[in-house]
Amino acid sequence: MSTEAVLHANVGTAGAQDVHHAHDAHHGDHHHHESFISKYVFSMDHKMIAKQFLITGMVWAVLGGLMSVLFRLQLGYPDSTFPILEDLLGKWAKGGRISAEAYYALVTTHGTVLVFFVLTAGLSGTFSNFLIPLQVGARDMASPFMNMLSYWFFFTASVIMLSSIFVETGPFSGGWTAYPPLSALGDASPGSKTGMDLWLVSMALFVVSSLLGGLNYIATVLNMRTKGMSMTRLPLTIWAFFFTAVLGVLSFPVLFSGFILLIFDRHFGTSFYLSDIFVASTQQALPNEGGSAILYQHLFWFLGHPEVYIILLPAMGMASEILSTNARKPIFGYMAMVASLFAIAVLAFLVWAHHMFVTGLNPFLGSIFVLLTLLIAIPSAIKVFNWLTTLWRGNIRFTPGMLFAIGFVSLFISGGLTGIFLGNSALDIHLHDTYFVIAHFHIVMGVASMFGMFAGVYHWYPKMYGRYMNNTLAYIHFWVTLVGAYLIFWPMHYQGLAGMPRRYYDYSVWESFKHFTELNRFISTVAMVVFAVQFLFLINFFYSIWKGRKVTTQNPWGATTLEWTTPINPGHGNWPGEIPEVHRWAYDYGKDGVEYIPQTQKIGENESAHH
Amino acid sequence: MASITTENKRIHPHKFTMWVAMGSIVMMFAGLTSAYLVRRSLGNWQEFSLPLVFWYSTVAIVASSVTMHLAVKSFKARERVRYRQMITATTLLGLAFAVLQAFGFYQLHLQGVTLIKGSNPAASFLVIITGLHALHVIGGVVALLIIFFRAYQSKVKNYSVIPVEIVSTYWHFVDALWIYLFIFFGLTH
Repeated sequence: MSTEAVLHANVGTAGAQDVHHAHDAHHGDHHHHESFISKYVFSMDHKMIAKQFLITGMVWAVLGGLMSVLFRLQLGYPDSTFPILEDLLGKWAKGGRISAEAYYALVTTHGTVLVFFVLTAGLSGTFSNFLIPLQVGARDMASPFMNMLSYWFFFTASVIMLSSIFVETGPFSGGWTAYPPLSALGDASPGSKTGMDLWLVSMALFVVSSLLGGLNYIATVLNMRTKGMSMTRLPLTIWAFFFTAVLGVLSFPVLFSGFILLIFDRHFGTSFYLSDIFVASTQQALPNEGGSAILYQHLFWFLGHPEVYIILLPAMGMASEILSTNARKPIFGYMAMVASLFAIAVLAFLVWAHHMFVTGLNPFLGSIFVLLTLLIAIPSAIKVFNWLTTLWRGNIRFTPGMLFAIGFVSLFISGGLTGIFLGNSALDIHLHDTYFVIAHFHIVMGVASMFGMFAGVYHWYPKMYGRYMNNTLAYIHFWVTLVGAYLIFWPMHYQGLAGMPRRYYDYSVWESFKHFTELNRFISTVAMVVFAVQFLFLINFFYSIWKGRKVTTQNPWGATTLEWTTPINPGHGNWPGEIPEVHRWAYDYGKDGVEYIPQTQKIGENESAHH
Repeated sequence: MASITTENKRIHPHKFTMWVAMGSIVMMFAGLTSAYLVRRSLGNWQEFSLPLVFWYSTVAIVASSVTMHLAVKSFKARERVRYRQMITATTLLGLAFAVLQAFGFYQLHLQGVTLIKGSNPAASFLVIITGLHALHVIGGVVALLIIFFRAYQSKVKNYSVIPVEIVSTYWHFVDALWIYLFIFFGLTH
């Protein structure tokens, strides 16, 4: 069936192919010699850059995950000692117990790394790079050179962040949001010294990397689409990557402004964020006057909230594509999906102050931000409705990618609902800075996007490496991770409602939270199990690169989109001949009794076009 | 040939990338100027007048936009000598702008306004926003130098107007950005 359809499509474009052949033979299939360096290291091929982002992201995911296991060990077993920790961490775990400084450094680095390096660079860096040219029908990005720079800025940022873990005073430990004065004063804590400088340099480079990537994604989507690929024929993945890039390009510069002011406060004696401060460790009153720490929070969250959607939108786009492909049904409400992505992207810029309800924000202003925040429930609900109706009475194939996509929808619903609690400024008085917040954002943004990423890896692995991953390992990976994620984060809602604050080193000394001792131990244990299961994924991933079952058909999932019209192992330039022309939208599944019709196939004589 | 003609109608991807990048730079300065307004409304704000030199630097950068425009025109007309002259003039005016800005801060310093260490946010904001803008102008100067030396390479006869147009767009952009900042500071000081 699949080869038939492709053959048919090729016949359709054969005439056009001859005309373009002379032109395209030039830059279609590259046969020039590529050295190891130009192919695997300083590559300008978007597919290789995508793999570089993915594998770097995986390294960070392991490190960031390991950090969470270490601090969960402290939270679950506050009274126990683990001599091995002292062997591993030295002075940071004297006597086998993680020190308070190390605990805060671990929490901070875990947050920074997971939010930016794994779920931004690892997620949209990987899949925007991999899928945009393949799905819009382009040979590569608008600027392959800038694309390469984007990765190497990220790599440098990674090296600097990693090195901050090894400096004598430790990495930054004031939380991933890096609020002043902890981030502005070297004397505030050990981590605020060299660790913070390295953190800032690393993050500044990361912003540059994101901007270079984002500019490219936008230019490629808008300018490099193949013939016939109108915007309304784009797969939803591309729409999601497009809005993600727009969010990044417009919000990261504001974070950068905030960082510039922070650097001047740290090193050049200005007072943007500092005022009336007495430093206990040095017994000194600082001369800084008139600064406002809240100003930093405004600048930070103006990025920080869009950042949440920068993480989430790619997962939404990939889930939409994978759900439709594996339910063998067109996506329900394509235009509504695009419109809701657009609505989310716009609202993302108008809700940042809901992170600041209890900073002394004017309550009237707060109520406006409540309204705008709750408005996000509308496009989110539209998306959930459309995912469920896409699944409804579908002919579902439970591939690992599909399971993770369904898992994503489940987590997005569970985590999204608690967002309605937190978006209310009145409820936020009780809930802010509690475990309720931790549970909310880990489920809706962290784990959900992680599931989107897993779904993407399992689904597009055959295109990336020309081989399949092992299904049995994938199913174990899925079920343990899904059940584990709920077991870890669901109880935290109750802890939060009971008032248990986040960011504390040891809860066992609080009478009011004594009854959570067992629960904390349970959560920590599950966290370790879930972390261990991720190694099944890693083994599966790397083993399958060399030893996985080979892909033998061009279009193993029977999908409609353009990436499956390329050879099984596409070279630099993606299509050996002419780039195929597109004649229809990306979701003709089960139309007129035909299982699926690729985008490259012309509209038949008796067929009605979707648009 | 249909696909080729439709592709040519579209804006060149590199040009388009420049426009998106300018949007990004606008957001950075929008962030800084709104931070300026937020901080100003909190009080404890030092009042001083803007240095007079800023008027001269404004004239310099506006003039450089004119010469940049003429440079693109002469490039398109393939008048290479005139193109080189105009690029040289633009480069020099750009450098003059940066020097004049620095001189403005020297004037402020002479008036007794503390600029960085121990400064009032009113002054430090001015230094940082203006300085960041000047860095963007200097970035433009570097780009100008690159296309300037390309024009002297007699071996390469490259008549692609795209790089010249991209640099010119950017140059007009930093000019407009300064005019925005100048009006902004003028209104808020």
